[in-house]
Amino acid sequence: MAVEVLKKPRTFYDSYQRKPGTDKITTHYCPGCGHGNLHKLIAEALDEMGLSDRTIFISPVGCSVFAYYYFDVGNVQVAHGRAPAAATGIKRAHPDKIVITYQGDGDLAAIGWNNVFHAANRGEHITVFFVNNAIYGMTGSQMAPTSLVGQKTMTSPRGRDPRNEGYPIKVCEILSVLESPAYIERVSLADTKSINQTRKAVRKALQCQVDGKGFSLVEVLSPCPTGWRMEPRDAKRWVADVLTQNFKLGVFKDVTSERAPYFFKDPDGAPPFDEIKRILGWEEKEKESPLPKVFPSPENRNPQFKIAGFGGQGILVLGLVLAEAGMRQGYQVSWLPSYGPEMRGGTANCHVILSDSKVGSPLVSRPTVLIAQNRPSLEKFESDVVPGGLILYESSLIDRPPQRSDVRVLPVPAAKLADDLGDTRVSNMVALGALIEYTCVVSKEAVLQAIPISVPRKDFYELNRKALETGMEYARSLKK
Amino acid sequence: MKRKLMRGNDAIIAGAILAGCRSFFGYPITPASEITHAAAKWIPEAGGTFIQAESEIASINMVYGASSAGQRTMTASSSPGMSLKQEGISYCAGSELPCVVVNVMRGGPGLGNIAPEQSDYNQMVKGGGHGNYKVITLAPNSVQEMCDLTILAFELADKYRNPVGILTDGFVGQMIEPLMLPERLSPPPEKSWAVTGDKETKGNLISSIYLSPEELEEHVSHLKRKYDDVEAKEVRFEEYKLDGAKVVTIGYGIVSRILHTAVNAARTAGLPVGLLRPISLWPFPTKKIRELAEKVDAFFVCELSTGQMVDDVRLAVEGRRPVHLYTRYGGSVPTAEELLEKIREKT
Repeated sequence: MAVEVLKKPRTFYDSYQRKPGTDKITTHYCPGCGHGNLHKLIAEALDEMGLSDRTIFISPVGCSVFAYYYFDVGNVQVAHGRAPAAATGIKRAHPDKIVITYQGDGDLAAIGWNNVFHAANRGEHITVFFVNNAIYGMTGSQMAPTSLVGQKTMTSPRGRDPRNEGYPIKVCEILSVLESPAYIERVSLADTKSINQTRKAVRKALQCQVDGKGFSLVEVLSPCPTGWRMEPRDAKRWVADVLTQNFKLGVFKDVTSERAPYFFKDPDGAPPFDEIKRILGWEEKEKESPLPKVFPSPENRNPQFKIAGFGGQGILVLGLVLAEAGMRQGYQVSWLPSYGPEMRGGTANCHVILSDSKVGSPLVSRPTVLIAQNRPSLEKFESDVVPGGLILYESSLIDRPPQRSDVRVLPVPAAKLADDLGDTRVSNMVALGALIEYTCVVSKEAVLQAIPISVPRKDFYELNRKALETGMEYARSLKK
Repeated sequence: MKRKLMRGNDAIIAGAILAGCRSFFGYPITPASEITHAAAKWIPEAGGTFIQAESEIASINMVYGASSAGQRTMTASSSPGMSLKQEGISYCAGSELPCVVVNVMRGGPGLGNIAPEQSDYNQMVKGGGHGNYKVITLAPNSVQEMCDLTILAFELADKYRNPVGILTDGFVGQMIEPLMLPERLSPPPEKSWAVTGDKETKGNLISSIYLSPEELEEHVSHLKRKYDDVEAKEVRFEEYKLDGAKVVTIGYGIVSRILHTAVNAARTAGLPVGLLRPISLWPFPTKKIRELAEKVDAFFVCELSTGQMVDDVRLAVEGRRPVHLYTRYGGSVPTAEELLEKIREKT
């Protein structure tokens, strides 16, 4: 006569040393609780599939918070509801490992819903075991998102009222409408037959991950005699008679056979330094010719710029080209934008400092040079300019010249000159050309080196160069 | 190696890649989004993982997972997003998981605005989430430091198995300055405690639950000893013109840059003013300030909040010298001229 030997799966520890107290043999679960059954089915599957040495099991918050007492695998305990997010981090770090989350109904379908939903939608290559017992067991029988209509709990003492608490959440039904998940099934622990089906589902879900098919989830309807205030036998019957009437069993999604496997690359090993330089755009291009020295007059040295105008006038780019050219010219430089919604339409301004010594405050509150490309900017910032400073203003758009008599004024019809070149958008480079001709703070060569760095569009280079020269020519003509 | 103009927020990711950071999990928010953009662009190119998470909460928990698995990993956000991350940071501290968390501060409370503020000092420096823990907090004030201190942050995180925060502001994040790419890689140490899903690490456990009072007391005492060690060894600050200074200004981040200009102007005007810039906000340069309190007449603290760091200065000074406070907030940032005037009033 054949004798069946009942033994513990090897994926369980021989004795539960992490469990406090003297009893290291039995679990902490209540008599009749479904967790023990499901733990065993998972442990057996990991054994038989040869996965126990390559599995990371995530213990949630809830009654299964101490799952790591039992499973002889890699164990990580996480915050309430966050197992799918933590699993994402783990799986992406070790794509060849088997990553399991084990979550209750509060953990998964209430506080952690967003996380499981998005992990499912990303198709994370993880396996979720979702224990649905329609109650919060650990915290003392409160309502779960899956509690049934009319179910009495500590927080629905008159029975769950859909008008107050809504309806039980059908996790499998909802997640199965997503494109990404590979396998979703609901099973139960009501009786031997159901447990056999659960055994198959557990294996299938794990195989799905082994095969690189993506996200798998098994919802397990499970008895909670303590939470339901029932005898274990009655609790099993309630799973069979009531819970399964409300939560339909079956496969909700299975694309494991038709989907091509996919395996993420192991991200171990950072690239070497030269590769990092390339990624960050640091590789040396062809040698740039040395720049001619510049000799700005004393009033133009260590300039602090405020550059302001309408969004779309290329204000920020003007500043960037100036800063880039300044750095190449050997200055310490800084560039600070007005940022955020201000940048989207309306006015824009930026602060640029070119300095012979370390730049302190990158904020230019008292500019030595104001470049005003529209009237509101001129009106707003004119009074801030230091005495003896320079106001370069857009004379083809601003009909009110600066009122100050203690500053130098350089009117530049940049928009008009740019129009003459065929594109108003290069008015910023016209203004910059006039500026460098007038102040000699940076050389034309420095600006020409800077333009392709700050204005990546290659087809604009020639036009920008012409605009720069036009501005320089205009400023020269004023000197005559 | 040539200098290259780079935005502060981008320099964070440059530093992260040099430090061997293999994953970034984030959620967009102004004015920190460029960090997420740079991570999305560069980290996968470097063979790592980038995920735009469903929330700040998810992103810090992805960090928790990746760190559990032994990776150098990070996330970044701005003030409201940081509030959401606090639970996860507490878990990381409790489970002793190294990670780097960047906060590019904006105006608060609530939705506030997107302009620079320094009103998350207490949140970052005093813990932020629940429980007895600390976050090592570094405060860069330049694009170069955004890169350099990010590398240091990863190193400190691993050295102490603790989250390290980079606390910066909208201005430092948004500004562009030359960056000299540090010519060093920072390979992560062996992490024998990590759970990597193999036979060798099966005995490891990442967890922050200690059920019995005795166990938790022992665990928190262990953390406390670690934090004492950090306070003894990891204080960082910059001194500027402290020689002969009678008034010591104190500020971090963007404020320290403005103070730098104000101190120069003060010295030019013959005022004996210097600057102490905390680079590590926790551990705070308490000892240095205590020493200075023996020598100088007064302290002048400026911050972009209603006054948070000033509490730590006052604790260090212990009432021996006046500690003046000048604050702007809501996105208003003082000018150097404004600070000079306020300093002048106090000297």
